[in-house]
Amino acid sequence: MEINTKYHGILNVEETDFIHFEHGIPGFVDEKEFIFLPMDAESPFYIMQSKQTSELGFIVTNPFYFFKEYEFDLPKRDKEVLKINNEEDIQLFTILSVKEPFSETTANLKAPIIVNHKSKLAKQVILNETPYTTKHKILQKAAHK
Amino acid sequence: MLVLTRKTGETIQIGNHIEVTILSVQGDQIKLGINAPKDIEIHRKEIYLSIQESNNEAASVSNNVLDQLKINRLNL
Repeated sequence: MEINTKYHGILNVEETDFIHFEHGIPGFVDEKEFIFLPMDAESPFYIMQSKQTSELGFIVTNPFYFFKEYEFDLPKRDKEVLKINNEEDIQLFTILSVKEPFSETTANLKAPIIVNHKSKLAKQVILNETPYTTKHKILQKAAHK
Repeated sequence: MLVLTRKTGETIQIGNHIEVTILSVQGDQIKLGINAPKDIEIHRKEIYLSIQESNNEAASVSNNVLDQLKINRLNL
């Protein structure tokens, strides 16, 4: 099928590549279908593109790329909701607020996106007992790698 | 807003599947216990709002940002 995207223009994608967010995400509760599009072959960045709203695309990345020591316990409720049986089916993303200049760009480590590729279900999980916030500068951390 | 008075240990029932119990009261802090189906999202309001705000900010990034990321990729 063809979709119109925020950053990649019109793309031909497979219907089965869409991931279902049962309750949308906070602020976008009616957006229930997203597809993860790599920015380009070598980029650590992906676009989390809405199926129904072409102008809606979040820039996301693998949090471990910038925050090697990032860790949290996924609540049992979320594991059940996402039908996670095998940790290998999961992919983790963090939403970026990209700024100008780029060095001011922040990652939301308090509410990671968990994708279960097996069940095609995903959720933005809000971590409660965690030191992480919604704004961690990605480059500052990268310098300490 | 519906207002109900409850004592420690008492519960309110919301719909068929949600229960909220007053576990303890200490000064101005109240500890609540909530039983709800797992597809019901329960969050501290201010935290939920901060995530909403962060998502809105992330979504409002302008279109030329892609080029910026391509340029910056080289420096990562």
